[in-house]
This record gives sequence, structure tokens and C-alpha cells, in this order.
Amino acid sequence: MFSLDLLLDAVVIGVLLGCFYGAVSLGLSVSFGLLDVPHVAHPAFLVLASYAVYFLNEHYAVDPLLAGLLITPVFFVFGLAAYRLYYETFEKRGSDAAVRGIAFFFGIAFIIEVLIILQFGVDQRSVTADYIGKALRLGDFRIPYRLLVAFGVATALTVLLTLYLSRTFMGRAIQAVAQDQEALRLMGTNPVKIKQWAFGIATAVLGISGALLIIVAPVDPTLDRAYIGRTFCVVVMAGLGSMGGTLVAAIILGVAESIVLTMFGASWAPAISFAMLLGILAVRPQGLFGRRS
Amino acid sequence: MTLSDTQPPLLRIAALTKRFGGFTALREVSVDIRPGERFGLIGPNGSGKTTLINCISGAFRTEPGTVLFRGEDITPLKPHQRTRRGIARSFQIPRPFRSMTVAENLMVALDFAAHEHVSVGQRRDTMMSILEQMGLGSKANVSATQLSQVELRKMELARAMATQPKLLISDEAMAGLSSSEVDEVLDLLLSLASRDITIIMIEHIMQAVMRFSDRVMCLDAGRIIAIGTPSEVMADKHVQEAYLGT
Amino acid sequence: MTRSSIAFWAGAAVFLAAVFVMTQVVGNQYPFFAGYIILQFIALAVAWSILGGYAGYVNFGTSAFYGVGVYASVFLVKAFGAPLPLQILAGAAMGALMGLALGLLTLRMQGIFFSIATIALTIVIETAITNWRYVGGAAGIQIQRPEVTAPFDNYVQMLFFVQALLVVLAVAISRYIQNSWIGRGLQALRDDELAAECTGVPTLRLKLLACVISGALMCAVGAPAAMYLQYADPASAFNLNYSVSTLAMSLIGGTAHWSGPIIGAIVLATTQQLLTVTISSEVNVLVLGVMLVLFVVGAPDGIIGLIARLRGNRGKGEA
Repeated sequence: MFSLDLLLDAVVIGVLLGCFYGAVSLGLSVSFGLLDVPHVAHPAFLVLASYAVYFLNEHYAVDPLLAGLLITPVFFVFGLAAYRLYYETFEKRGSDAAVRGIAFFFGIAFIIEVLIILQFGVDQRSVTADYIGKALRLGDFRIPYRLLVAFGVATALTVLLTLYLSRTFMGRAIQAVAQDQEALRLMGTNPVKIKQWAFGIATAVLGISGALLIIVAPVDPTLDRAYIGRTFCVVVMAGLGSMGGTLVAAIILGVAESIVLTMFGASWAPAISFAMLLGILAVRPQGLFGRRS
Repeated sequence: MTLSDTQPPLLRIAALTKRFGGFTALREVSVDIRPGERFGLIGPNGSGKTTLINCISGAFRTEPGTVLFRGEDITPLKPHQRTRRGIARSFQIPRPFRSMTVAENLMVALDFAAHEHVSVGQRRDTMMSILEQMGLGSKANVSATQLSQVELRKMELARAMATQPKLLISDEAMAGLSSSEVDEVLDLLLSLASRDITIIMIEHIMQAVMRFSDRVMCLDAGRIIAIGTPSEVMADKHVQEAYLGT
Repeated sequence: MTRSSIAFWAGAAVFLAAVFVMTQVVGNQYPFFAGYIILQFIALAVAWSILGGYAGYVNFGTSAFYGVGVYASVFLVKAFGAPLPLQILAGAAMGALMGLALGLLTLRMQGIFFSIATIALTIVIETAITNWRYVGGAAGIQIQRPEVTAPFDNYVQMLFFVQALLVVLAVAISRYIQNSWIGRGLQALRDDELAAECTGVPTLRLKLLACVISGALMCAVGAPAAMYLQYADPASAFNLNYSVSTLAMSLIGGTAHWSGPIIGAIVLATTQQLLTVTISSEVNVLVLGVMLVLFVVGAPDGIIGLIARLRGNRGKGEA
């Protein structure tokens, strides 16, 4: 059975879901898109943040969004340390090291996964808050509040990050590093310091993104695998490093997933983002709004 | 060897333009390189010299414009196909195969680019004789990462020579070397040129260019501003402006 | 034949003979069950490093190739009752095609895109199989083993021997590649793609070749697994643990020489078998991940790199 109402419903949910996907991809858009770090562990960091939020919510009854905000400084420092380690061991050593850099992040992702399993078990975990479990009714439409919250926060986060990158000194320096490291070095600025800072920001954003992840749906330790597809699909489709493009690409993915879910059922859902990713790599690897030609 | 204008050119570059996004690195560059010629390519930083080399060796796609080599249109060919047809190059910043010894670096060239099918033993002999010529005979089994700057430059030229080229492009092979090392590399290039290899030499060291070249071309902002004998080009008003002015 | 070739083939013959004698002499089944898994990982790691090691393109899609091998067998057995050799051949053919398609799609791009695309391929194929009722869908499918043929008196013993043959095949191919012009070309392009092109190396064609050979071997290795387990389901056949294990074994062993992945696979797969039995499969993945990270950070050339360095130091000490 397929009706226009159902389709419209799917599109609305898809747009909201897409904004949420945008929020969880923003960090990767900076770390991979702008800094060229092959950050395959991004989704694992994301799930780790969700579990931190879960822990604060479960034991201290902290609101999940507030919890997300609380862990951002920790994640910022974590990001600084992770980039330093990556830079010293891989980036500094040149081309062959890049190969092992990819394996390094893959290994880190698996370690995080297993540590979460050992600490929290393999079961799904969720958080409680007033806006979770209720829905907004607009005539026939029923939109869950948790999606609306995710939508609002995601949009705000995108706007903030875009403003940060375009209006502040540090933000512009980050953009400049992405364009041309040499020029920056000539100006007497250390590109490594700036990249490290940017990676810190990208990881800090994950605090909030992780909160959204567990607000939108329960999480389990291996959820990061599905989000490898979603986040990389969004960032590659957006064209590396474009924040506005990230949001648009994420909405396209959200709508596509939502429609497929409605029409073909949940068993096809995991493949959507990965199939789109493969398609984009084949047809237009520079993305829709690419900074590189 | 006599050079005559009636001989067909070895390399013909016709109306070559190269853009990166909105930036035009080369604008309608046309030039013929004659067989056996020693051709100097000069110009300020960013004038398009290395871009031109990349277009000739195939690292960059060019559109519009054509590159003809020995009468054949090689514009659509990939770098390795051009290498097999006889165009070899060195790099401004040396790019050795770092996990290999000097000998293995040359063997790559002999395995993939050498024309005749010869036995492994013969290939080793060829390799050793090239290394001897380049003064690297004692370094054959040394890792490429352990070479000095001048040795790296020589190894790049040796690797290029191992592809048995008809045209050798040397991209600032003397940058950063001491004056005695510059003479060493220059003598090497001259001895190669005396053995029927056409050479395009990009260089900032004017003395070297003057001593080496039959003909010199000067690029500025992607255009040819002067071409002729070394002394003609040095005396050219535009060339002097390009080097002294903004 | 050179002396090292003679030594290699003599070693391979001794290995196969030993495996064969073991199947005839040992009565207990457990060594074959455990040994099969270890052999399987050796073959996977060796196959992986043809592209991942020699060419430096990190493949996260071992599970995709392995899973397709498993399901190629499942389909052939269910549809035609095909015999084991045919299953393995069909797996290899499928793997070669997949390798070619994947390579054409991504090998022109930077390495990271290739890596991501291989994960994507895994999930897309897994999802397709999950939705394919004929081969059992998400719930999986039971496989009936045919009668075992002489000289073996137990099917698992035969599979153990077959997997040993695949190991020898994979190692022989990997060794041949390393010592030939193909290996030199791959090594050159791993060091520097542009310099390799300008030295006459057809980089794209060589990468495709490596991708096809590596893919065909990985699929072939997966093909007998359906018979081994007498059961197949998408979640385990396409489990990403195969990818991370294979990659870890190759890199920990060292990829500069064909023997590296063998050493890495023996060390790690044996440890894994012990850990899974004695502690838990989670701890086994944890140990794997930690060792992978430690090695890529601290000993980038793997175990064979460490051995070479030790030897070098000792040599200097004596001189």
C-alpha cells in the first residue's frame, strides 16, 4: 500500500532525520573534509559520546543534551591528543605512513567498540528526558519530539560551526590550512597547531552529536558500523569540507532512507547510505558542493 | 651534430593552455623542440615551467592544446605510455622509491620502460653501466633514503636514463647544490646530450643555463616572453623586467 | 629453478605431506576444527597483503569477499548440489569480478576512498543477501555435507587439507608476485604513484591486477566455510571481524615480504583461538585491536621488520 500521505510523511521525517545525520557528520566534515585525516574512527567516537551521555543520564539524571554539552571539553582534549598521536606517528612520516594511518583509526574503532561491550554489555541503551517518547500532532502528522529536538540542535550546530569557520581568526586559519599549508607556514603560523586545534573542535562537536544519537534512538556498541556509511556518505556527497553542503547532503540521505524504509521495509535500510556512497564515488567523487575540482 | 630547421621536430607543443579552477597557469604555449637540442627553460617562480613539464610528461591533462612527440599526438596518453615512447623526467623535489635500493630504483625503469626484451642478467649490466656513468657505481645497494642531496639528483637522472629516453626533462636538478656539485651535474647532462639525447633543462642558475643551452625559452605568467639563443634571451627587455620587476 | 624456489617448493611439499599424514593419523576432531580456522586466516592474510601490503591500498572488505565466497557455495550447493572444487572455482571467479569492479570504481582515487568503498561494498552485499530468501535470508541456511570420499574418512579432515592447499596456492602466488616485475611495480607505486608512472609503470593496470588476484583468493578461501560450518548466515559470513583480523595479521606480521602475513596470521590466529576458548571472544577482538594499534604506531614494519632490525644490530655488534 502506498499513498501520497505516506510519501509526504516519509519526506518530512526524512528531512528531520537528515538534519540529525548532518549533526553527526559535522565533525567528520572538519577532520576528514578539511584536514584530510582518514578518520574511520569518527563513528566510534560518536557512539562513545552516546555512552558517556547515557552514563550521566542513568546515574546522575542529567538531561541528555546538557550531558552532551558537559562532555565536550573532555572530547576536545581527547581530540587534541588523538591528532597529536596521529601526526607524530603517521602524517609526519609521509606517504607510506598514510596507509598505516587508516589501519590505525580502524584499530582504534574496534578497541572502542570492545571496551564499550566490556563495560556496558551488548544490549541497547537509551536515555530518558521529557521530550523522548512523545510526539507533536499536526492534523494527521505525528512528529516525534526527539526528532524535532535533534533537528533544532543540528541546525544550530551547523550555523555555529559555519560562523566559527568563516568569522573567527582561528576558523579562517583552519580553512586556510585546508587550502594551502605552505602559505600558512610562510606567514609564520604553525599549520600543525591549527590542524590539531581543528581536530579538537571536530571531536568536541561529537559530544553534542553523541547526545543527539542516543536521543533519536537507542544505541548499541556496534552502531558505529552503520554510521561509517552515513557519515562518510554525507561528507563525500557534500564535497569535502563544505559545512552548508554537509547539511544539504545529509537531508538528501535522510529523505532517501526514510522513503526506502517506507516503501521496502527496514531490512534494506542499512545499505542505503553505503550504496549512495558507492554511487557518488563512481559518478561524482568531488561531491555536489566540492571545494576541489 | 648539425641542427636544421628543416628537420621535423622531436616534440611539438601546440597552443597549450592549462587552467586550475580560475587560475590560468599556461596560456597558448607553442614551441618546437628539435632532435638533439639542448633546450633551456627559464622564468620566475610560478611562471609555469613545472606545469609545462607536467603537461609534457602527462602528469596533467591538457585541454585545449596538443603535444606531438615524433609526429604522434600523445595528448591523450598517460604518463607511463609517454615514458615508454621515450619521454623521461626528473622531479624538482626528488621522488625516489624510498623502500628500494638505488639499483632497484633503476630496475623499475628497466622492467617497465626498456624497449627490447632482454634477460635479467643483461638488464643488470645495463643498470650497472648507467650507475657507473652517473658516478653512483658504489651506491648500487644503498637504500635510496640514505643518499645525499646530490646523489639523489643523480639517481633521479639515472632512473630517467634507464627508461632509455629520447627526450630527457631535467626539472631543477641543480637546486640547492654547491657550485662544484652544480658543475658535476651539468657535466653529466652535457655528456648525455652528446649521446643523441634531447634535453630540456629547467634551471634557475643562469650560468648553468647559459653554458648548457643551444636555445633558451623564458616563461612569465604562463606565456612565452622570449625564445632564442642564450645571449639573445638574456638581453631581452621583457626577460629582464620579469626577473627584476614584480 | 633457483635455489630459493627449490627450497620453497620443498617446504610446501613437506607442509602438505604433514597435513595429509595428520588427517590420516590423528583421530581427535578438535585439532582440525581449530587448525582449519588458522589456515583460513593465513590464506586470507596472504591474499590481503597482495593489494594491502605490496600496493599499499588498505582493504577493509575482506569480509565482503569472504562472505561472497561463502554464499557462492551456498547457492551452488542449493541449486545444483555442486561439488567442493566447483564451489571454490566459482568463488574465485566471483571474487575476481568483484575485485575488478571495486578497483575500477575506486583505485583512481586516494587510498582512503578505496578503504571506505570496501566497507560500503561489504554492507551493500550483506544487505542484499539478507533480503535474498532463496539462500536463507537473515535467518541463515543449513547445508548438508555430501559423503566424504577416500582417502579421508571425515569431511572436516578433508576441508582441513583443502584449506592447506589454498594456503600453498596463495603463498605461491604472493611469492611469485613479490619476486617478479609485478611486485616491483606495485612497490614502486606504493612508494610514489606519480614517480612510478613517469618511470613507465602502468599504475592503474597493476593495481587492478592486484585487486583481482587478491579478491579471487579471498573468495576462494571463503567458499569451503559453508561446508565447514554446515550453516551460513549473512551476519557471520560478512562479519567485519574478518576484515580487521586479516588486516591486523598482515600488518603485524609485516608486508614487505611474503612470509610476513603468514607469521602474523599464525601468531594472531593461534592467540585468538586460545583467547576465545579460555576468556571470551570480546577480549580476543580487544587484544587484536590493541596489537594492531601498537604495531602500526611502534613497529611499522611488523614482526619481520623487528627480526630484520635485531639481526642487523647483532651483525653490527659482531663486526
